Amino acid sequence: MKSPVHPYFSSSQKSAFPYLFGLFFLLALVDSWRRVGVDLVLLFERQGRDNVIKFVTGMFPPEHSAQFLSLMIVPTLETIQISVMGTLIAIAIGFPIGILATRNFSVGGILNEADTMGAPTRFALRLSIYYCARGALSFFRSIPEFVWAFMFVRAVGLGPFPGVLAIGVAYGGMLGKVYSEIFEAVNPRPLEALQTTGANKLQIFFYGWLPQVLPNFVSYTLYRWECAVRASAILGLVGAGGLGQQIEISMRMFNFNEILTILIILFLIVAGVDYLSAKVRAIL
Amino acid sequence: MEQYRLDKVVKIFGRRQIALGGFDLAVRKGEKVALIGPSGAGKTTLFRLLNLTLRPTSGGLWIDGGEVVNLHGTKLREARRRIGTVYQQHNLVPRLKVIHNVLCGRLGQWSTARSLWSLVRPADVEVAYQALKQVGIEEKIFSRTDELSGGQQQRVAIARVLLQNPEVILADEPVSSVDPSLASSIVKLLVEISETMGKTLLVNLHSVDLALEFFPRIIGMRNGTALFDLTPDKVTDDLLEDLYSGRLPDTDRDGITDEESSTPILQ
Repeated sequence: MKSPVHPYFSSSQKSAFPYLFGLFFLLALVDSWRRVGVDLVLLFERQGRDNVIKFVTGMFPPEHSAQFLSLMIVPTLETIQISVMGTLIAIAIGFPIGILATRNFSVGGILNEADTMGAPTRFALRLSIYYCARGALSFFRSIPEFVWAFMFVRAVGLGPFPGVLAIGVAYGGMLGKVYSEIFEAVNPRPLEALQTTGANKLQIFFYGWLPQVLPNFVSYTLYRWECAVRASAILGLVGAGGLGQQIEISMRMFNFNEILTILIILFLIVAGVDYLSAKVRAIL
Repeated sequence: MEQYRLDKVVKIFGRRQIALGGFDLAVRKGEKVALIGPSGAGKTTLFRLLNLTLRPTSGGLWIDGGEVVNLHGTKLREARRRIGTVYQQHNLVPRLKVIHNVLCGRLGQWSTARSLWSLVRPADVEVAYQALKQVGIEEKIFSRTDELSGGQQQRVAIARVLLQNPEVILADEPVSSVDPSLASSIVKLLVEISETMGKTLLVNLHSVDLALEFFPRIIGMRNGTALFDLTPDKVTDDLLEDLYSGRLPDTDRDGITDEESSTPILQ
């Protein structure tokens, strides 16, 4: 049998960069350790350890009485609904803005050259649309979804609706950004050919852009849906309905075994979404 | 009647990369012209100017007697609709079915709503079928485009131009990426379409033999200017040697011609 080849580098080929980089990394690590106040010993101190044990053992066995499970049906459906509706709103926000935030769609590249050259106002208009779209997406996603939820709870009251809005806006920003990056990476040559037939931008988009990126587009959107299931649980903590609200109630009552049941339900939903998205990707 | 007139057209990319340096050209309607010359001579840039993808840095460009240098928006799209282009790399959308790629030729005439609906239920299937029949691959109408061979894809691209039904057909290196044995049949097909349908045809060819065989007018391009503009019988070996002097015509280069000059605007 042949042994695998071991690459050999003479010392003259090594540069100082990896060592320097490693040193910086170590310094950053030590510094953040100190500043954040990591103290692993706390985990092993008697009181902390007892609390952890109480919490974990308290979770077992998971609550499985028929009464509690039937109580969980409505919040479970609510969580799925929040994630589906939230993701749909996120697509409705992220898709159009994401298109405008695509540089080679809005301002640059071969699809805009002839149309904007010698027309400075036209160019300025397109550039400002592009920057406005990018700015809006950054704004939507820089505010954490639970802050959005907090605001929407004030605006429209408790329940699933503020959760839907919060996910819609925050995830719209994330989807839009990733969509624009996906769109920017397409092969521009078919687009150029479509343009020479006299097609307008939207026609070029739906005939040239979208078919090229469809698999990436769909699988990223489904991944975000999966994230939205998790997010809807967190949003429940600020009063946005669903399983999250049940977690909050059980926490307050110290019913840890109920929490484990809810976590299992969440896991099943996420696994289900994952299975579904694998199926869809296989079709595309 | 004059199809194209170019008056001292200059195209500069970036600050100093001169792709075309004062190019003059007049093409009559229905004329068949072949452009030959080494890679980087500015042929692809010239074609991108002729189909209004790019705009000249300076100089005048008339199509059908109308000045087109300052067109924008809808007027620009209408002008583009009258010029069909076949590319070296076919430039088809790989994941679409053949029928949709052919129907792309109609986008300039369709409303946005109609073209979207056509992706669900293809419109004008009969017309697309006839066009595919004319190029000889009607049985592939519902195949996915990326399942076709290079030569078949080039035929789809020609069918797309047929549906566009333009006044001018520009073919930019249409046979550089197909089998040499198929090259001649594709050039012949383009010439036939031009003759039977009375369309002006400009073809940019690597193969000097094909150009001399099929075209009554040959333009030799080098360094962004025309070196000669002659009938094929007057194109001598000396002229060709001049045209390609110092380097081979790069027939086997697998990249895209004139990539150097086109990169800046693809950013």
